[in-house]
Amino acid sequence: MSEVKKVATRVGYGAALLELGKKRDDFIVMDADLAAATQTGMFKKEFPERFYDCGIAEQNMMGIAAGIAATGKKVIVSSFAMFAAGRAFEQIRNSIAYPHLNVIIGATHAGISVGEDGSSHQCCEDIALMRSIPGMTIINPADETEAKKAVFAAIEADGPVYMRFGRLAVPVIFDEDYKFEIGKGVELKEGNDVTIIATGLMVNEALEAYELLKAEGINARIINMATIKPLDSDIVLKAAKETGAIVTAEEHSVIGGLGSAVSELLSENYPVPVVKLGVNDTFGHSGPAPKLLDEFGLRAANIVEKTKIAISLKK
Amino acid sequence: MDSATKKELQILACKVRLGIIDGVHSAKAGHPGGSLSCTEILTYLYFKHMNIDPKNPKMANRDRFVLSKGHAAPALYAVLAHRGFFDVEKLTTLRQIGSILQGHPDMKNIPGVDMSTGSLGQGISAAVGMALSSKHFGENYNVYTVLGDGEIEEGQVWEAAMFAGNKGLSNLTAFVDYNNLQIDGTIGEVNSAEPIDKKFEAFNWATIVIDGNDFDQIEDALNKAAAIDKPVAIIAKTVKGKGVSYMENAVNWHGAAPNDELYEQAMKELNETLKSLQ
Repeated sequence: MSEVKKVATRVGYGAALLELGKKRDDFIVMDADLAAATQTGMFKKEFPERFYDCGIAEQNMMGIAAGIAATGKKVIVSSFAMFAAGRAFEQIRNSIAYPHLNVIIGATHAGISVGEDGSSHQCCEDIALMRSIPGMTIINPADETEAKKAVFAAIEADGPVYMRFGRLAVPVIFDEDYKFEIGKGVELKEGNDVTIIATGLMVNEALEAYELLKAEGINARIINMATIKPLDSDIVLKAAKETGAIVTAEEHSVIGGLGSAVSELLSENYPVPVVKLGVNDTFGHSGPAPKLLDEFGLRAANIVEKTKIAISLKK
Repeated sequence: MDSATKKELQILACKVRLGIIDGVHSAKAGHPGGSLSCTEILTYLYFKHMNIDPKNPKMANRDRFVLSKGHAAPALYAVLAHRGFFDVEKLTTLRQIGSILQGHPDMKNIPGVDMSTGSLGQGISAAVGMALSSKHFGENYNVYTVLGDGEIEEGQVWEAAMFAGNKGLSNLTAFVDYNNLQIDGTIGEVNSAEPIDKKFEAFNWATIVIDGNDFDQIEDALNKAAAIDKPVAIIAKTVKGKGVSYMENAVNWHGAAPNDELYEQAMKELNETLKSLQ
């Protein structure tokens, strides 16, 4: 078996910005003293005159981005998820989202897989925060390929887009033929016993879980839900009707993220059991990212466990 | 400024004040004190200074204005209405359901409003972004903003000031409406940002201190600011509640609407002022 190529989604993001920068000059990229980490540094190096560093002042950066967008120009701002969605929440809400401005927020180092930096930097609440804002689009790519394609789609989008990227190198699942569309989930594996809806780095874990379940005679449908808002309600409702039980998997709190979005949709429209896998309402701590994913139960084996529970709850 | 121009501006300011009182009274809510204090600044910017076109409010290379102290919306709306962006009659729909005139400025629905504001400290960052965009894309328009003297207690204001100073955004002018009162009392009683001019200067801004209710001084400051190769903060000393006797320097009129009796008194006073000018 050949070695699986692993690349962090943040690297896909940085590469996409660089590629965009070579094609068009109608946008500005900003960062808050984290260009090397967020990977906007790739763009900064090639196009220093089109890159502005706001320094360690994320609230101001969001306001500046709103001002640029209010003049009809495009702008992409970056920081870690904790400081973008967390610290600058109200600036995003009031200055960017209320006027529905075209600002792309590239939030990296999301989730528990930040690793050694520990809890202060492990943002597992950003999807919940951003999801509560009217008109916000939220994209959580699964791999490098999807990260790039999502950036290209986001720059054409109407209104604010929150893009969530990871620090940890994760397997590249998709090839260049993969079609990405904002607001569309993608069925990666057919199956009718149960559906696993995953987002971000949990998509690869879900694909591994598919094989483990198959070995036990369970045919799981696997859906990659990169866009968490607006949620692809069609693909979720179809899965609920055809498979009768859902598992959601995300590297985010079980409160307010993908699992909540799916539960909210189904409870009002087609109630079936939904079992959520995510960070279980707790803070993280320091450690190597792979070990943290093991410890916090964000692995294929954990998905298998939750899947069996979901099936047992089927009427 | 010649005396005819000055009189014309004073008449306009008086009409704007009548619009503020009308709006706040109709809404039975709003912020008259801080609207009346910055009336001359907004009137001068919109009637004499900024490159704008009421018939084409989204004109690409227009100068931009951000009311960072968004609660002074009644003043901005009255100025925009009298400048021809929308009907003056709309002013009495302030804060009503179905009205475009939201409690705080809404750029999506109000002709002439360049930025949605209301949450203090955020408008100046947007103004900085606009000034940066103007320079970056070579469009060469100017950006103006008005901050409250209480508002500058927000840390974001100083993040924005640091960035604008470092980037040398000479196309940005920020007024501080220094009326010395905020909701909980005087600036000094609450948490004074004094020395305000020294703070802006420390962030590499130029500063000019003026009487912000005096058109001559506003004009002079803006002309000076245009020639300075730095962002400029105009510290405008003003009177909160200016033009309505019982509201002047009275903290209780920060965010309260007059009842019918006090409304009549305010309108009578302002109409008398208007008559004396005409």
